[in-house]
Amino acid sequence: MTALRSGPRTARLRPRAAPRDPARRHGGWTPWLYLAPALAVLGALLVYPIYQLGLISFLEYTQAQVSGGQPTTFQGLGNYATLFGDGEFWSVLLATVVFAAACVLATLATGCALAVLLTRVRALPRLALMLAGLGAWATPAITGSTVWLFLFDPDFGPVDKALTALGMSGFADFSWTYDRYTAFALVLLEVVWCSFPFVMITVYAGIRAVPAEIVEAAALDGASAWRIWRSVLAPMLRPILVVVTLQSVIWDFKLFTQIYVMTDGGGVARQNLVLNVYAYQRAFASSQYSLGAAIGVVMLLLLLGVTLVYLRLLRRQGEEL
Amino acid sequence: MHLSARLAAAGAALALTALTATACAPATSDGAAGGDSRTGTLRVWLFREVGNAPKEKVVRQAVADFTAAHKGVKVTVDYIPVDTRAQRVKAAFNDPSGAPDVIEYGNTDTAGYVADGGLADVTKEFGAWSEAKDTDPTARRSVTVAGKIYGAPLFVGVRALYYRTDLFEELHLRPPATQDEMAAAARKIRAAHPEMYGLAVGGAYTYGALPFLWSAGGALATEKDGAFTAAVTTPAARKGIAAYTGLFGDDNCPAAKCAGMNGNDTVTAFAAGRAGMAIGGDFNHRAVEAGKVKGEYGVVPLPGRKKGEIAPAFAGGNNIGVLRSTSHRTLAVDLMKRLAGKETQRGLFDAMGFLPTFTDIRAAAAKRQPYVKPFVDTLDAGAEFVPAAPGWATVDASLVLPTMYQQIVSGRKSVDAAATEAAHAMDGAFHK
Repeated sequence: MTALRSGPRTARLRPRAAPRDPARRHGGWTPWLYLAPALAVLGALLVYPIYQLGLISFLEYTQAQVSGGQPTTFQGLGNYATLFGDGEFWSVLLATVVFAAACVLATLATGCALAVLLTRVRALPRLALMLAGLGAWATPAITGSTVWLFLFDPDFGPVDKALTALGMSGFADFSWTYDRYTAFALVLLEVVWCSFPFVMITVYAGIRAVPAEIVEAAALDGASAWRIWRSVLAPMLRPILVVVTLQSVIWDFKLFTQIYVMTDGGGVARQNLVLNVYAYQRAFASSQYSLGAAIGVVMLLLLLGVTLVYLRLLRRQGEEL
Repeated sequence: MHLSARLAAAGAALALTALTATACAPATSDGAAGGDSRTGTLRVWLFREVGNAPKEKVVRQAVADFTAAHKGVKVTVDYIPVDTRAQRVKAAFNDPSGAPDVIEYGNTDTAGYVADGGLADVTKEFGAWSEAKDTDPTARRSVTVAGKIYGAPLFVGVRALYYRTDLFEELHLRPPATQDEMAAAARKIRAAHPEMYGLAVGGAYTYGALPFLWSAGGALATEKDGAFTAAVTTPAARKGIAAYTGLFGDDNCPAAKCAGMNGNDTVTAFAAGRAGMAIGGDFNHRAVEAGKVKGEYGVVPLPGRKKGEIAPAFAGGNNIGVLRSTSHRTLAVDLMKRLAGKETQRGLFDAMGFLPTFTDIRAAAAKRQPYVKPFVDTLDAGAEFVPAAPGWATVDASLVLPTMYQQIVSGRKSVDAAATEAAHAMDGAFHK
């Protein structure tokens, strides 16, 4: 980031300092030349689809238009009006934001805590924890969701049986997916289970790169584990934490499989809908691509906004990334 | 998960780019009718069923008969997975060059496919087909949109009441003749066996719930000059909705467990011996036979409100249609008639248990396999069908009806409020 930023700045200043040297002026284009292949790929894979997404969101574009049954018509902001006029959209959006935030916080807390734990245990337990994490990570979302659902099944699941055996008779035949909040909590557990390994391993790698003397010095000064994390490790791991946080925000905001599988397409009376499942049911499953595109644009803007605000906050705290 | 999500995102981006790289505006197929060549290769897409080999054998025979009658014509048959059929069929509509000439499709998709401009109008040929006079009226409705016919019915699927003979004997019950008797029997079973459901019902089991609505005299929607209007708020419809939602509760099927169940869940519960009764289809027969309750169950038509009545069942099933983009129209229509003809339907029943749509073939089938009799009786009493409106796909995909039932069952909304909301959502989809 620093190198990139200083590039154009010096390029702008140089010509004034040495206006007689024409070769220097061309130096301003050199970085762009090197970037060209990457920009071309990004342009093709990112900008063009986004342009199409935006374009489709202003049209009436359903299966009938795609297969030529009806002409494509321009709708202006019609799709957005439909979307924003739907009361369910707003409640789903709120639920998605709160749920994604809870998932991100829980994932980060679990991942970081276990990463610190990894650095403090012996080789064998470390290997076991790593394998458990990798196993969870490697499990396909559909499989993981189905297994979790089975574990918490009111008729056959071992969790209810175990809780009942421990004397909590309220959990006999308890249905976790019936109440809105227990259903969300169940999905949250599954999401944390399958996403903490990424955080854990990335942060663990980061901690390993921190010179041992610094941590030792802090420990010698009598700092607790929490204090070492807060005052030594976390500041040093800041770039890594930023990346895993942003990744988690994006992944958890776009959650689909877990909700779709575990709550059977959005829960009893659609109480557990999140934005992606809502988009699928409202738009894609019935081939209303233009409405789906409008939802896609809204999600894109939201995620961009969250990312920018987050980066801004970090910058304001003083450090460049 | 993350890796796959990213791969999927990258794949979607690539697909989008590939799709649209040639034009600035989103792609639109010209979808025009493609001509009427009398030689060449015909392509057919059929659904791949669980245990597909017997189906393939019957189809091979039908195709052999067809090619024997048309020299110089070849037929290739592909079996497509049922799970991804929607994408495959849409892709075929979008790109006629890779599209088949003849397809099998689910009968609830008819109106949507017609609105998409994908299926060819075969009204004339169907009318002139000698075998078509025996097609049962409900099956004919499932290929009809706004008075025109878009295919030939291949088979129907219909649901009836499965019940446990051993429990009924133990509790001195008779197979229920009315819905009230059925509810009473369900409560009696639950009272005697608290670990079981009396009658397993599901909040997401639309096709199990609709017979109650229809038998009360209600309808999902009414049609006037091709325009559909939701009818779930009529007094008769509300009575039928309440009759079904009344079955949820601790005395039969607790809402906490049953609100989220779908049709498969209720049949699984019955097959595993956890329910005294369940509403299951002829297509569930094998699953129940393979379950714990084998030899301990019977099937009767789902009773209506009064003695002697049968609640109208939903007539699901598949059709065979010709694509509008085919370049072999006459040949494709002929192949359709052979694939959905009496000979093939007889063979498919014996091979796969698919109920024929021709009344005479069906009656003969019921004689050979007595287990289908209650299902045939149900069909003969008159079955119902979802509205043939292009917007029905939207209603179906956005789970309007399961949401309505679940709102009532979970106590969030009254019957009136939930039905009003559902009607609003349906009208929104119909009038788009």
